Amino acid sequence: MNQPFLKVEGLKKVFPSPGGAQDVTVFENIHFGFEKGEFVCIIGHSGCGKSTILNVLAGLDEATDGNVFMDGREVKGPSLDRGVVFQSHALMPWLTVIENVAFAVSSRWHDWSKAQVREHCMKYIELVGLGHAADKKPHQLSGGMKQRVGIARAFAIEPKMLLMDEPFGALDALTRGVIQDELVKICAATHQTVFMITHDVDEAILLADKIVLMSNGPYAKIAEIVENPLPKPRVRQEIHHDPHFYAVRNHLVDFLVSRSKLIAQGELPDDYDPLHPPVVRPVAEALKLAA
Amino acid sequence: MKASLSLRASIVSALILIVFLGAWQLATLPPSGGGTVYADPEYAAMMGGAAVQASGMPTPGVVGQTILSQLAHPFYDNGPNDKGIGIQLAWSLARVLSGFLLAALVAIPLGFVIGMSPLMFKALNPYIQIMKPISPLAWMPLALYTIKDASLSSIFVIFICSIWPMMINTAHGVASVKKDWLNVARTLEVNAFRTAMQVVLPAAAPTILTGMRISMGIAWLVIVAAEMLVGGTGIGYFVWNEWNNLNLSNVIFAIFMIGAVGMALDMVFGALAKLVSYQE
Repeated sequence: MNQPFLKVEGLKKVFPSPGGAQDVTVFENIHFGFEKGEFVCIIGHSGCGKSTILNVLAGLDEATDGNVFMDGREVKGPSLDRGVVFQSHALMPWLTVIENVAFAVSSRWHDWSKAQVREHCMKYIELVGLGHAADKKPHQLSGGMKQRVGIARAFAIEPKMLLMDEPFGALDALTRGVIQDELVKICAATHQTVFMITHDVDEAILLADKIVLMSNGPYAKIAEIVENPLPKPRVRQEIHHDPHFYAVRNHLVDFLVSRSKLIAQGELPDDYDPLHPPVVRPVAEALKLAA
Repeated sequence: MKASLSLRASIVSALILIVFLGAWQLATLPPSGGGTVYADPEYAAMMGGAAVQASGMPTPGVVGQTILSQLAHPFYDNGPNDKGIGIQLAWSLARVLSGFLLAALVAIPLGFVIGMSPLMFKALNPYIQIMKPISPLAWMPLALYTIKDASLSSIFVIFICSIWPMMINTAHGVASVKKDWLNVARTLEVNAFRTAMQVVLPAAAPTILTGMRISMGIAWLVIVAAEMLVGGTGIGYFVWNEWNNLNLSNVIFAIFMIGAVGMALDMVFGALAKLVSYQE
């Protein structure tokens, strides 16, 4: 049997309630997988446990039950194979931009000379367009620039998989767009496998090949996995002219607005199998008929 | 506007000084008219009228002269009870610095452990809470009995009073290092030692330095009292010795020097704190 690159099996997370009376099961029976080079977004309302799933994939948190395998090996604890971009950028304020990236690079390659580390860091800092700011401290940078440093740091260790927890959540729309474009470019160039949390439907359509939809918690489930029908390369200024764009967009918005709640109340299709969540590929009606 | 504010502030400062010196001068002037009245005429004859002032307090002029003559020869040594201010301050500073450094060697690593481990924090907290409010001088008899050396005992007293603020601040600084920074280190598989040195230490450094600054301030307060008790050398002994000599202008001079040295120590730690501070 052919195993996917990343495989999540029967993941479950129980949080002990503060009073101790009733523990809260945030999610259970979570199964999904994806292939190398895929960009996967996960969408769901707050409290469905998507951040916990990401932290489990990162090895920063432990699931109550279930396993995660990456590249045939079980994920146990954090590893340099999985780079993380934190929502709050998590740059160390006492280090300059290049020192922040170098901290990661020298952790990955212990035996590199200073010059080697510097050269490698500059490559990724320039990739996110911050070559001119390499020697600045984080507090001298705007929010968008800080998050770009966070992205450069994660890419610089050349991980097998990149995990991003709402990396653009705190940015204004304009900056968000610019960095999204950069991310599309970098991913196209590096074929990076990415797993990302987002709340933004348009962001998911632009970036993701697969979009995992989670129903509301507690007892959150994977409602379905949406395959993005929009072909690559996707360009932010043009995707809304794609004939399938509104089909996907409406599908995702409908899910967030109503279905995520209904599913949480138990309205699942009869043939729903948590081991194999339904895979959906929303396309425009007109084109479906033509085909 | 900024320059003019500091200019105005210095003018006010200078005025306060002038008013203070003026009031001091007035309060310590010998009574006018020359006809000094003594309760005991025989005593007056013995003293020779003109040499006597209205109060024992020296005038600002006399103190000024003392300051100049003392600072002109800070390192003279005329036996155990007559040494220059430089020698006395050097003794005090040496005791403060050795007690302080010993305390830092114990407090900072221990603070790290307490900050990292909630168990150790809970276990050690009652001891810290009960030891912290004890006046360091209360340890002096025990120190003298066990150490049997006056100078080492005062170093011990400095040690015991500097240790708490440094330990508590280190623990607090280490415990409040942002989880995100530690998670960055974890995802990069950075080992515990490198995490402690390159993430926790720089993150907690400003808090640790604040603790060191508080400790140094307390140590400088305590050394004066400790040296008054144990005697021999040091600025505290100098003050007490001059009190026994009834030489108040030397006492005032010593008070001034204690303030100046204390301010200098604080400025050193202020500069160090600036060096390790960071802006988020």
